[in-house]
Amino acid sequence: MAGAAGPGTGPGAARGDGDDSLYPIAVLIDELRNEDVQLRLNSIKKLSTIALALGVERTRTELLPFLTDTIYDEDEVLLALAEQLGNFTGLVGGPDFAHCLLPPLESLATVEETVVRDKAVESLRQISQEHTPVALEAHFVPLVKRLASGDWFTSRTSACGLFSVCYPRASNAVKAEIRQHFRSLCSDDTPMVRRAAASKLGEFAKVLELDSVKSEIVPLFTNLASDEQDSVRLLAVEACVSIAQLLSQDDLEALVMPTLRQAAEDKSWRVRYMVADKFSELQKAVGPKITLNDLIPAFQNLLKDCEAEVRAAAAHKVKELCENLPTEGRETIIMNQILPFIKELVSDTNQHVKSALASVIMGLSTILGKENTIEHLLPLFLAQLKDECPEVRLNIISNLDCVNEVIGIRQLSQSLLPAIVELAEDAKWRVRLAIIEYMPLLAGQLGVEFFDEKLNSLCMAWLVDHVYAIREAATSNLMKLVQKFGTEWAQNTIVPKVLVMANDPNYLHRMTTLFCINALSEACGQEITTKQMLPIVLKMAGDQVANVRFNVAKSLQKIGPILDTDALQEEVKPVLQKLGQDEDMDVKYFAQEAISVLALA
Amino acid sequence: MRKKGSRLAPVTNPRRRCLVVRQVCKSSGQLEAQSPLDPGAARRRWRRDAERAECGRAKPEPERGRRSRAGSGRAEMPYKLKKEKEPPKLAKGTAKPSSSSKDGGGESTDESQPQPQPQPQPQPQPPSSNKRPSNSTPPPTQLSKIKYSGGPQIVKKERRQSSSRFNLSKNRELQKLPALKDSPTQEREELFIQKLRQCCVLFDFVSDPLSDLKFKEVKRAGLNEMVEYITHSRDVVTEAIYPEAVTMFSVNLFRTLPPSSNPTGAEFDPEEDEPTLEAAWPHLQLVYEFFLRFLESPDFQPNIAKKYIDQKFVLALLDLFDSEDPRERDFLKTILHRIYGKFLGLRAYIRRQINHIFYRFIYETEHHNGIAELLEILGSIINGFALPLKEEHKMFLIRVLLPLHKVKSLSVYHPQLAYCVVQFLEKESSLTEPVIVGLLKFWPKTHSPKEVMFLNELEEILDVIEPSEFSKVMEPLFRQLAKCVSSPHFQVAERALYYWNNEYIMSLISDNAARVLPIMFPALYRNSKSHWNKTIHGLIYNALKLFMEMNQKLFDDCTQQYKAEKQKGRFRMKEREEMWQKIEELARLNPQYPMFRAPPPLPPVYSMETETPTAEDIQLLKRTVETEAVQMLKDIKKEKVLLRRKSELPQDVYTIKALEAHKRAEEFLTASQEAL
Repeated sequence: MAGAAGPGTGPGAARGDGDDSLYPIAVLIDELRNEDVQLRLNSIKKLSTIALALGVERTRTELLPFLTDTIYDEDEVLLALAEQLGNFTGLVGGPDFAHCLLPPLESLATVEETVVRDKAVESLRQISQEHTPVALEAHFVPLVKRLASGDWFTSRTSACGLFSVCYPRASNAVKAEIRQHFRSLCSDDTPMVRRAAASKLGEFAKVLELDSVKSEIVPLFTNLASDEQDSVRLLAVEACVSIAQLLSQDDLEALVMPTLRQAAEDKSWRVRYMVADKFSELQKAVGPKITLNDLIPAFQNLLKDCEAEVRAAAAHKVKELCENLPTEGRETIIMNQILPFIKELVSDTNQHVKSALASVIMGLSTILGKENTIEHLLPLFLAQLKDECPEVRLNIISNLDCVNEVIGIRQLSQSLLPAIVELAEDAKWRVRLAIIEYMPLLAGQLGVEFFDEKLNSLCMAWLVDHVYAIREAATSNLMKLVQKFGTEWAQNTIVPKVLVMANDPNYLHRMTTLFCINALSEACGQEITTKQMLPIVLKMAGDQVANVRFNVAKSLQKIGPILDTDALQEEVKPVLQKLGQDEDMDVKYFAQEAISVLALA
Repeated sequence: MRKKGSRLAPVTNPRRRCLVVRQVCKSSGQLEAQSPLDPGAARRRWRRDAERAECGRAKPEPERGRRSRAGSGRAEMPYKLKKEKEPPKLAKGTAKPSSSSKDGGGESTDESQPQPQPQPQPQPQPPSSNKRPSNSTPPPTQLSKIKYSGGPQIVKKERRQSSSRFNLSKNRELQKLPALKDSPTQEREELFIQKLRQCCVLFDFVSDPLSDLKFKEVKRAGLNEMVEYITHSRDVVTEAIYPEAVTMFSVNLFRTLPPSSNPTGAEFDPEEDEPTLEAAWPHLQLVYEFFLRFLESPDFQPNIAKKYIDQKFVLALLDLFDSEDPRERDFLKTILHRIYGKFLGLRAYIRRQINHIFYRFIYETEHHNGIAELLEILGSIINGFALPLKEEHKMFLIRVLLPLHKVKSLSVYHPQLAYCVVQFLEKESSLTEPVIVGLLKFWPKTHSPKEVMFLNELEEILDVIEPSEFSKVMEPLFRQLAKCVSSPHFQVAERALYYWNNEYIMSLISDNAARVLPIMFPALYRNSKSHWNKTIHGLIYNALKLFMEMNQKLFDDCTQQYKAEKQKGRFRMKEREEMWQKIEELARLNPQYPMFRAPPPLPPVYSMETETPTAEDIQLLKRTVETEAVQMLKDIKKEKVLLRRKSELPQDVYTIKALEAHKRAEEFLTASQEAL
């Protein structure tokens, strides 16, 4: 329908007849013929307006057939259409007429572009809920069947997502048919369809009767899990979680576990990765007994897998796995069956594995308790704090709070310091930024004395970093520190150092002073602000760099509300008025803005 | 990349470009003896544009002479005559209708009857036949995507190798066996089998490269010896050898490929990143080489081999095409091509599985390393398709090859893809319309380098288009070209404007001027002043001049029309707003209105154009066009190469050396002489 308009047929042609009720659809037809995709897209996005203008009946009898017939356009337009139609039930006359929306969505569900298809399926799922049971069997189920037996893989793929929404509300005879269709899609010729079916297997299993799950879903699952394509097999692992939740322990052992065991040792790393990635879900689904007998050994294998990807995925799950073990006997299991493998991973050759482990390992201390932590985990933490890869160190530092609760951070502080200093001076600014963000946390745990002694100078050094993002983070870091340690601490340690920078020869550093004042004034309160900060700000109004001057205006606007009226009228107002006459445009602008915001005019 | 600049030979009579240049090529002796086995043919074909222009310049005299003669009538355009290549139509009985299996992968066995295709004539063509140089081989995939320019950007990095971890064999202590040639003839088969079995032992090349050095050498020497043996001895591929050879190949090669490891941590970018090489290559290379020799041995009998080289084998082989190592993919390509050639029963299956790989690549992952190689194989398969084309093959063109244009990393496999598409069109011109409509549908909106690739491909298609097909697609086609000409990216605009130097395209436009000019004129006219790039101005004036010469009257009409339209344009915009306003009012009357509030009105469509000249009078325009176009021809003399500039990543000296050292088993895939 795109671009067929000749030079002669303008939108004006739509006005030919005087009948207002036909007008909207004529406009749409014209607009959808426009060469410009953007215009066509805009028209589709206003589809609901057109439907409203037409009223429900005309929407059903004219608009929808038009859309169904002329459905060829760019994917972008089709996507918008598929999305619109999902919310159209009210516009066609409510649930009784929801089935009118099926034909256009059916064709959209068969197009090649995945995004469009997925959106159409999503809308169909939404609409299915609005169907009455009768309409569902009369209109929706036949549509699913048509899609499921379509010639082209795209329609069969789309069908996979629709079974679970219509199954629960169908009659028994229809249910059998639906199951039959799903079965055949699971053994489809094309891997794309099998993948779609495998990814919906779990969802479908959930709405089935338990008998059918055992007699039909389990064989399908077993087949898909031993498919020739690893991309299908790995999706079966996902389905395994849902299926396992539905079955009793005995059935699980007999029907699912052989397949799961096989998946954990699959020759393709992608499947093993999937098992590792879904480990916690699997663990919960199969229950404690099978976990102990089967999953723990499988997990050990995953932790020493030959592919780093698999090891990293498994390492991520260490904490959750341990947490979810039954409390009774948990400690022994972890100490004997998990910890030895973790120790190996600390010196893994791959940095992603180490950093995955570092992000969760601290969590084990709460599970294992103080003594085990000191004896077994602490050496590992310390080793990771010295790791060559900054990400590993960062991950350890970011999780210090877990250890703090159990053994107190003092145990670590001597090793922490060199690690922090090194990260603070890392050549990569992103690493520096990351460590700054943990500073308030560290400060809280290490205490004010340790902080003053060891870390304060670092925090000040960041204020003059050559990367703006670091300076910015450093200012907000100061604010958080003041919130933690109180105004007195600020007055003694931070404020003087910040104010000294106001005389720095580098204008960027002078501006940092202003930014710090912006951040600190509120935390420090009226007295410090008026007595110590304000004079400095006012003095800087005479700076020779315009950027500094207009930042003075901005700062005054910011700290103004904290000051009392006297200070405002007598000190701030004259300065702002002077800046308001500045030769620089921006300075003038911000000064005037500050005057009006502070109501000093 | 072709040298576009060299095409700007003076354009006088646009009609006969293809014909003339082809003939000139023939007469200057450059393209004779086109046989499908001539490996130089493809290369020449890929430079054909440049060559045409060069020939044209070198021999202007014969060009002119022939042009006047050829201009006498359209009936025997050269591309008409290419149909001579078609095999005689088969009798109704043998040409079964194509099977209609689910997704285009027919299970039919009717394809297993090899149909002899008439050989393209090896003898020199008489000049009157005007046959297009037949491009019998697909363009080979580059081994290294990056041009190694040398200099400071080559660095020595930590050895970047990975290997799919094989299941290492437990017992890796190999005994050196006696040499085959030294042993008595009757014992050779047994010894050969022993050696093949010995080579099933797998070694570690990654975690400990120095392990088992002695035994690795035994295996390497054994493989080397067997390669020699199978190449130079007759009657050694006995029935007992087949299962052993296939097993040895499978054990060594069929493995799950390792995750792609990019040292920078980012996702592997097939267009720019260096591949990670296979660490076990010293052994793998020999295994591949042995297997290839095995397949190519004159003693090799597909009938016996088909018990072992079955669908499962092929599927595993296809999985390996995702290997990051270009050397491995190169071997795979040749091997699969041989298997396709020799195992007729597997052909439909192979095509279907390749389709599945493509679907997954297009619609699911957008990542696969072997697309170019697979397309290269398909190129040679398409080349051998019998006529009329089966429905299944047409579906392949429409549903697989065209959507392949959509993928982000198109540049990696575009030459091979374009070759496949053009092959199809040369076989059956009625496919031109769906192909062009498809290209227009997938036309890139924001990816300018990709747009240039599309323009390249489109020109190749136009080079072989039938005039009747051209008239079916020209309107949407030129609407797109009008957009390209107006592109703010000058390389896109420039590439599109180079079409005006293609005489055949100009002849097609000239024949349809009444419909093409009104579409193109506004874009050209508008940008003649407003485009930011000077080169584009010159090219636009050149294009306008050609139009002017084509049809003076029409040109004047277009100018008038343009001004009228421009006035109307503003009016229309206003009208549109009013229309929507009116609908909005109607909608407000509906009680449901508050529930379905339409999104706030979108901002007006953003337009790249700046204010355009309106008061230009036709005479002035013509004068400017004349002078500027002349100026243009002077300026354009300097050669211009359209190349996408890649980011200059440091390259690893080891990888470069390894790739340079790789010797292709076959430089070009010959067209499968099979009629499928």
